[in-house]
Amino acid sequence: MDYERILFFLFATILVFAAARVITVRNPVHAALHLVLAFFTSAALWLLLEAEFLAITLVLVYVGAVMVLFLFVVMMLDINSSPLREGFVKYLPLGVVVALIIFAEMFAVVGKKHFGSEVVAIPARHAEGYSNVRELGGVLYTEYVYPFEIASVILLVAIIAAIALTMRKRPETKYQDPSQQVSVKPADRVRIVRMKAEEKNP
Amino acid sequence: MTDTVIRKSYMMHWIIILLALTVGSVAAVMLGVHFWEDIKANVLVYTLIKIVLIVGPLMGAVAYLTFAERKIIGYMQVRVGPNRVGPRGWLQPIADALKLLMKEIVIPTNANRFLFLIAPMLSIAPALAAWAVLPFTDTLVLANIDASLLYILALTSIGVYGVIIAGWASNSKYAFLGAMRSAAQIVSYEIAMGFALVGVLIAGGSLNLVEIVQAQQGSFLHWFWLPLFPLFLVYFISGVAETNRAPFDVSEGESEIVAGFHVEYSGMAFAVFFLAEYANMILIAALAALMFLGGWLSPFEGTWFEPWFDWVPGIFWLFGKTSLMLLFFLWFRATFPRYRYDQIMRLGWKVFIPITIVWLVVEGAAVVLDIGPWFD
Repeated sequence: MDYERILFFLFATILVFAAARVITVRNPVHAALHLVLAFFTSAALWLLLEAEFLAITLVLVYVGAVMVLFLFVVMMLDINSSPLREGFVKYLPLGVVVALIIFAEMFAVVGKKHFGSEVVAIPARHAEGYSNVRELGGVLYTEYVYPFEIASVILLVAIIAAIALTMRKRPETKYQDPSQQVSVKPADRVRIVRMKAEEKNP
Repeated sequence: MTDTVIRKSYMMHWIIILLALTVGSVAAVMLGVHFWEDIKANVLVYTLIKIVLIVGPLMGAVAYLTFAERKIIGYMQVRVGPNRVGPRGWLQPIADALKLLMKEIVIPTNANRFLFLIAPMLSIAPALAAWAVLPFTDTLVLANIDASLLYILALTSIGVYGVIIAGWASNSKYAFLGAMRSAAQIVSYEIAMGFALVGVLIAGGSLNLVEIVQAQQGSFLHWFWLPLFPLFLVYFISGVAETNRAPFDVSEGESEIVAGFHVEYSGMAFAVFFLAEYANMILIAALAALMFLGGWLSPFEGTWFEPWFDWVPGIFWLFGKTSLMLLFFLWFRATFPRYRYDQIMRLGWKVFIPITIVWLVVEGAAVVLDIGPWFD
């Protein structure tokens, strides 16, 4: 076995282990951290495929931003995990059916018949000067520029919608307007009153 | 056993360990000189030696940055700073390190033991790994990869896990508050920082740090700080916020939440957080020097003064510029009071992000329309 194959199996083992732990550990924070590990190892697997841009972006976006916010929320919530487990037996048949359907669908698409090495050519090794970033940028901003821009606009709309849902004016919201704070003058805060000095013993 | 006996036996331990380390490293160096050609042929060992040659001096720089910080802030506040250990206090950081090494690591009750101990490692690992792609000169770089800027951005963004996990695993309200503040702050400032870096890569035409520096050839007027001045300011201030340094140090905020996320840490576990913070400061300063201040290029290139400074090796220019940026870190800490938390968020989202977007539009127009003197 060559070095690259050993690496592949190492990362694949860690990935499967981490993904299994995400749904089996009791503590939601541990589950989120295992998901981080799963993202990280899949990034390593993508690096083996010479897709360095996608691998680094996976770490940057999912590990560096999405999972941080996820952890943030999971840590703030006081989830009591025992009621969540009560319906396990009741939902088990449905879960198994769904899992089998997903497995069958994936097998139909990426099974040996359509995705085996006889059907799809083994990816060729690229020369040393090959830049994955440049290739992706070239395709993304020429051929697929409109789908790309439309996707980004849809995401922007989603962000604005989410903010608009939470940013409504409520009476209990406390808010400070920095421009008002900056433009305050001494006369607005303190009034100097001229008065006679008090006498000690009149 | 009395206290003094225990202390003496500890001292003996450390003296023996230090002696063994010295003898071991001398032997290793002698062996290394003997087998140098064989070592160069073995890629793994050769790379490990290079890593040691980067991390070792970096740790030394971190130690003496803490000393410089205490001295410089001391002088700014008309004090002398540490001056007792060694000549003029020069051994102070070593005494600090020894003290921290010998202290006990206390684990709070009901803390999550595994996560509590792994958090400092999670915070120092990305801080050191980012140095792998940092170029010191045209050729002196451990891994000259194509997407080095992206790699650094990705690694600095996962440094926040150490802080969050430390705060959560400590089972302490103060630590948890510090971690929450830090997480929100780092995620917010990362956006502004990322946009500032987009400006740099448009101007440099590459994601590779070596090529970005080479695109700044010419005198100091050709460096990117001048055409990208707003982005330079946004990048550096975001860098100060990302490393949780004053005036953005609300995650530690001694006056409000004791010491923030590392309040429950002691001994070496605490020192590792400190190492990570200072290694990150040096990284941000070195990146600012590379991306905006021409890296290892001489400021007088192509001017009348150029022959006068020809003898200076490029790496010294880089170190000089990095030190200048580090001085700003210390100067900020001595000058500004801490920001209020909501003002930090407002600055990041409502001031910095609009500034960077506007400047990206300006820069994009200048590049597309060939508006000189920089983008023609």
